[in-house]
Amino acid sequence: MSRSNDSFLEENSALANLQCRLENLTSILNIRKWDLGAATSVDNSVQIDKGEAKQLKGSQRSSITVRVWNSDGVLGITSTTDLSDNGLRKALEGAQQASFFGNSKDIPNFSPLANSPLPNIKRDIKPLQGIAYLLTTLKDAESKLLSSHKSIESIPYNGLAESQISRVYINSEGCHRRIDRSQASLYLYARAEELNRKPRSSGAIRLALGSADLDIEGCIDEAANGTISHLNYESIETGKYLVCFTPEAFLELLGAFSSLFNARSIIDGLSLSNIHSLGKPIAVPFLNLNDNGLHPSNITSSTFDGEGTPTQNISLINGGILEGLIHSEATAKVFKTSPTGHAGLGAKVSVSPDWLEISKTNSCTSPNEHLNHKTTKDSYVLIEGLNALHAGVKASQGSFSLPFDGWLVKDGERVSIEAATIAGDILDVLTTIVQLEDDQIITHQGVSPHVWVDNLSITGEA
Amino acid sequence: MIQTLKSPKISESLDASWQRKLEQLLSLGCSAGADLVEIFMENSDHLGLLAEEDNVTSVNPSFAIGAGIRVFLGNRDGFVSTNDLSEIGLRNALDQALSMLGLNSSKLGVSGFEGLKSINDFSQGKSNWQNELPHLNEISESILRGTSLLDQYGKNLQVRRGSYSRSWQEVLVAASDGTFSRDIRLHQSTGLNVIASDGKYRSSIGRRNGTEGKPNDLREWDVDSHAQEVCTSAGIMLYADYVEAGQMPAVLANKFGGVIFHEACGHLLETTQIERGTTPFANSIGKLIANEAVTATDEGLTKGAFGSISMDDEGMQAKKTTLIKNGILKQFISDRAGEIRTGHSRTGSGRRQSHTFAAASRMRNTYINPGKYSPKELIESVENGLYCKSMGGGSVGPTGQFNFSVEEGYIIKNGKLTKPVKGATLIGEAKEIMPRISMCANDLELAAGFCGSISGNINVTVGQPHIKVDSITVGGR
Repeated sequence: MSRSNDSFLEENSALANLQCRLENLTSILNIRKWDLGAATSVDNSVQIDKGEAKQLKGSQRSSITVRVWNSDGVLGITSTTDLSDNGLRKALEGAQQASFFGNSKDIPNFSPLANSPLPNIKRDIKPLQGIAYLLTTLKDAESKLLSSHKSIESIPYNGLAESQISRVYINSEGCHRRIDRSQASLYLYARAEELNRKPRSSGAIRLALGSADLDIEGCIDEAANGTISHLNYESIETGKYLVCFTPEAFLELLGAFSSLFNARSIIDGLSLSNIHSLGKPIAVPFLNLNDNGLHPSNITSSTFDGEGTPTQNISLINGGILEGLIHSEATAKVFKTSPTGHAGLGAKVSVSPDWLEISKTNSCTSPNEHLNHKTTKDSYVLIEGLNALHAGVKASQGSFSLPFDGWLVKDGERVSIEAATIAGDILDVLTTIVQLEDDQIITHQGVSPHVWVDNLSITGEA
Repeated sequence: MIQTLKSPKISESLDASWQRKLEQLLSLGCSAGADLVEIFMENSDHLGLLAEEDNVTSVNPSFAIGAGIRVFLGNRDGFVSTNDLSEIGLRNALDQALSMLGLNSSKLGVSGFEGLKSINDFSQGKSNWQNELPHLNEISESILRGTSLLDQYGKNLQVRRGSYSRSWQEVLVAASDGTFSRDIRLHQSTGLNVIASDGKYRSSIGRRNGTEGKPNDLREWDVDSHAQEVCTSAGIMLYADYVEAGQMPAVLANKFGGVIFHEACGHLLETTQIERGTTPFANSIGKLIANEAVTATDEGLTKGAFGSISMDDEGMQAKKTTLIKNGILKQFISDRAGEIRTGHSRTGSGRRQSHTFAAASRMRNTYINPGKYSPKELIESVENGLYCKSMGGGSVGPTGQFNFSVEEGYIIKNGKLTKPVKGATLIGEAKEIMPRISMCANDLELAAGFCGSISGNINVTVGQPHIKVDSITVGGR
């Protein structure tokens, strides 16, 4: 990790001497086994409206989560935003009290990999540019986007933000992990309206290590082209369609069903997979899926998880076979394997994916290699993005019914779809994929090719 | 065994003793040229407990302190949040907020600030709430009784979960217009969830109750009927077919059925939507925007309701706001920034999740008022349609299109409920759907929920009587 000279992280007093202070306090409180996750950040963000600053926002945040094991070995936890000695003491006392109500039948422990070497990822920490820079940059971007087409009348959702973040994991067995990083984001969501037509919208997002590194022109172009492409719209008849998901859309869909390969969800009975699913087919034989938080394009990557386990590249589906799961220390114990670097920090530790990579196997081809969204003459529905996943996905049942943005494509001509939903079952989708295109597209949330699925139900608004 | 968790005490309680320090900051901000400076301070204590099957599997206490300082200059504002409540920490936050607007506290002019008014203390009678709350062992016993009852009433249950959460919050708001208000809030919620499974069939059903300002809420919880309702619904939906997609009339049940109004119309009546240019109703005050059968209200006053507030997060006393009367738009939901930027008067609706968010115009208890029909009359008026007994979540997009999922639905044939169906999503646009709400029944009930938007996740209540929508798009298979 390299550092910028003016990084707040070098002078971050909130995290200074945390281990020493904790050792003193736990000694006073007679706590022998403990661990702690802490994070501090400085954030700047701006939103604008037609050339005027709408909201300028800054924050200095700090938070800690502390876990203690009591004399019976049962775990308690507390979180607080107060990193002073007084705050730490209250958190430790609170965790001690909570431990008397902890779950004695499933006690998390330290990760066996908490002292293993960390991966070496190269991420510069970029300096914060400040509110004035963000404001000028966003005003320029808004102006360019508004002038890109006469029907684009506003950018109702926009934001430019930058952060510097520091995170630590410490435990009573001498583990002391720390990562400092920076990130920036830009989103532009344009709204267009033509006479006697419904308003249409589309947007784009970009992430980078620093606000000065954002691909602003690319974001403007994508938002403008997307919005313009939806101006000519028609309703779609309800029925079954050949569907092509863009990489962004398919990653959104698969991410909503990540309980399929989440060991915590499997143990809790919340997943469609079960303890016997490993080694069995779950998808078409030409599909691979990895979770790779270390991917160079993953701006938010961390070298360790909430338990201090190093981040890893994990194969989840190999040639259609469910090959791996994502784990915490506790779930790995149940499955008699090693933690994978996907844990949070809690009394009951959650597990979540980092960065999904979908690819085509080398050895097995799909049955419809001719399908390519750039060249095919077949009629199909191209789905650009899925909406309202929190409401329309039933992960424990496998079903989804989701509004989407997309186009009906005939002979290569695209017509935007007025308003429609797509519905189906994720296991059916994974086993009826008819084509994975060759080009791997890097998005802000993972990597995937365009994915083709046949016979999916689409409901149009008549 | 220690049986309770006590909230941490910050060095000083958030009360009138802060007046001098806050006046110095407000005066400084005004002298630097700000039109208005507002300081929101909070001290909060949260507790979450989860029970799975017959064990408590997670107890999560958390504490937070912090302040959010907002500076207005013309239509613009700068907002800074911090966990540091020391004089230096607050001064740094103010300086940062001023600098965002090109102001500087080292270049002072004349301050028009005339000092804070005497404190408007909405916390009276609430100071003992923390002592009245159930202890952890009592909470554990109640929630475990819930999961035990699920086992008793349910069949084919693969997962049984019970949960409890509470949020205690002490807030102090001071602004350079003299506002000086204090409140204590207490929100509690209890939930039961199950997943039923039989071969290829699966159903997942959950219900959550929530109250505000009722320390005895858990003790008064009717856990038996809550568990029965969840298990009955899960059993019916386990073998339900997927709904066939199409355009059809729908009858939406009361309580959480009100999410349709919340999503389809309520959000579009927040002044933040006028500011963004994303509401079709911006210029519709006094105009017919809904069927004449529809009167709708947003208020913070219903005693014990999850969305009730004594004061909003800008220190203004809660009130009742008639949004729509007999189909005609009467008023928008407005906060301080909304009043400055759109001219709509504040309605005591400036709300935020915590000090890390600037307040925004947000709903409280929002519902369609009762009509004259019985629920039976609504169902009998439908030849072929969908009865939506229980709703899942939903959302509204930037062009006004909304959607929400139906958790428990039934086909209506010739005025009678027939087979259960699952997988339905209701889709539409507010402007088109509101005129189609043609009948309202006389059985208004409210239901607790959480709403996520620009100022974070907040507690709200949705509600309605049974209503009939003449035609709506139902997404399915």
